[in-house]
Amino acid sequence: MTTRELKIKSVEYRKKILKYICNAGAGHTGGSLSIIDILNVLYNRVMNVSPDNFDDPGRDRYVQSKGHSVEALYVVLADKGFFPEEDLLTLCRYQSPYIGHPTRKVRGMEQNTGGLGHGLAICAGNALAAKKDGLPLRVYTVLGDGEMAEGSNWEALMMAAHYKLDNLCAVLDYNKQQITGANADVIGLEPIRKKIEAFGWAVCEVDGNDVEALTETLENLPIEQGKPSFVIAHTVKGKGISYMEGVLKWHHGVPSPGQYYAAINELDTAFQALTEEKIGV
Amino acid sequence: MLDQWVSTGKKATRDGFGAGLFEAGKQHPEVVALCADLVGSLKMEAFIEAFPERFFQTGISEANMMGIAAGLATGGKIPYTGTFANFSTGRVYDQLRQSIAYSDKNVKVCASHAGLTLGEDGATHQILEDIGMTKMLPGFTVINPCDYNQTKAATMAIAEHHGPVYLRFGRPSWPVFIPESLPFEIGKALLLSEGTDVSIFATGHLVWNALEAARSLAAEGISCEVINIHTIKPLDEEAVLDSVSKTRCVVTAEEHNRFGGLGDSIAQVLTRRFPAPQEYVAVNDTFGESGKPDELLDKYGLGIKDVIAAVKTVLTRKQ
Ligand SMILES: [Mg+2]
Repeated sequence: MTTRELKIKSVEYRKKILKYICNAGAGHTGGSLSIIDILNVLYNRVMNVSPDNFDDPGRDRYVQSKGHSVEALYVVLADKGFFPEEDLLTLCRYQSPYIGHPTRKVRGMEQNTGGLGHGLAICAGNALAAKKDGLPLRVYTVLGDGEMAEGSNWEALMMAAHYKLDNLCAVLDYNKQQITGANADVIGLEPIRKKIEAFGWAVCEVDGNDVEALTETLENLPIEQGKPSFVIAHTVKGKGISYMEGVLKWHHGVPSPGQYYAAINELDTAFQALTEEKIGV
Repeated sequence: MLDQWVSTGKKATRDGFGAGLFEAGKQHPEVVALCADLVGSLKMEAFIEAFPERFFQTGISEANMMGIAAGLATGGKIPYTGTFANFSTGRVYDQLRQSIAYSDKNVKVCASHAGLTLGEDGATHQILEDIGMTKMLPGFTVINPCDYNQTKAATMAIAEHHGPVYLRFGRPSWPVFIPESLPFEIGKALLLSEGTDVSIFATGHLVWNALEAARSLAAEGISCEVINIHTIKPLDEEAVLDSVSKTRCVVTAEEHNRFGGLGDSIAQVLTRRFPAPQEYVAVNDTFGESGKPDELLDKYGLGIKDVIAAVKTVLTRKQ
């Protein structure tokens, strides 16, 4: 997929995230809009995973450690053909497998997550198994910035560096906010880069809502041979919807019908600009 | 039948784990082992020496170890984690719950130094709540073998069972009385001695105390049916009912808090299907302390004399 196609995908994905969250009347809107560009690039450019090879032990793996932003993942998995998109009309409904956090009842999901601080160790274990079996696959996770306060992450960081898991990549969705407020006011995580480097990982920073920059970074892993890769993705919570960007209540706020149409209008305008740009070239 | 279960010497159940892990490693190339800095305590050396590429030291990071094990299971391995029972359960309960049980990962959580009998380290390490915690997790199998040979056999058997397992064993030297040749069947109660007056259901180290108590009571003319419940979950309900429908009263014996352990599992079956008087030989909702295993079992009411007393009490309640 070209960069422009990825950009168009991101707009489409944002529209779908809002559609299904509004239909459900529940969801983690801000976080899903924050990570969608990362998932877009991983699934459409970087990872070797699809419904056709999902049972192949050699497939690449993605585990969403910040499980609450599951709506973004559902939308991408549906687009990849793991299940019909209209299934998402049952999101968060009684008896639907599309519940509020990832479960393996949904095809395409690698791991049940939800409680924070679990995904990184699981990915490290998976990367370790792949190394032992000589499988050239990569394992990816997205961590939340608030989640970095979980001690289990730091245990896993130590372990992954010790075992030189350069087939492991953690992407930090660094939107600088968590449910209560700014990270800096809740529990500051700076200087995060120095901390992760001190734990023996190779670190780089990228605009996490820029698909071109993400592609450049995620297509060139590991950052350093012999070290796990930690990508600090600077993102914006609620990205793409101007009234949501950086506004705390959209952590799990659901737009009203009026707000929904305003958001869709904004995305349609972005979509139009992108397609005109395409014609122009 | 009581005479058939004689001690052939003393060995620790954790040594049985070490021997069983080595055998499981030989039989199953997918078996891998992890340890949070307690290799010597868990007796994992034979496995590590034979299969160094299949052993992963995690350092003192138990939550991480459980996550790593879940990830290794995703990669098709059969991970055995090794640490003390308190660090295998309470410390990592959310990992057991979310990353292993809820995610149906084929992880074998192997826990040594369970109960009072670890001795000198005292209350922090003497977990008495672990059976309760693990049996409440959907999908978990919970096993507490009674001697070296049974622990070895159980350690090998769980490799062939798909799904999460909590395998609980201990530190002290303890009588070995189960024949090495006896196969281990997960979920199948082991009838040690037939009797008519009372059913004694025992697990772990307390199985030996139950046998000794039954021998003493036989001399007084009281006939005890002694059943070894090595698998607390899934519980062999039919074996429980077969016995109690005959004896109509019950003693349970375990090295665990009386809340949430084997006794409660048995009571739950009986209240639903065959109500009968029951006495608990278990720790009465308290923490432990330092001491020799026998001193502690005596103080906290888990000795042979306590099983005898419980039998006599329950017989007075029998209709
Ligand atoms: Mg955040």
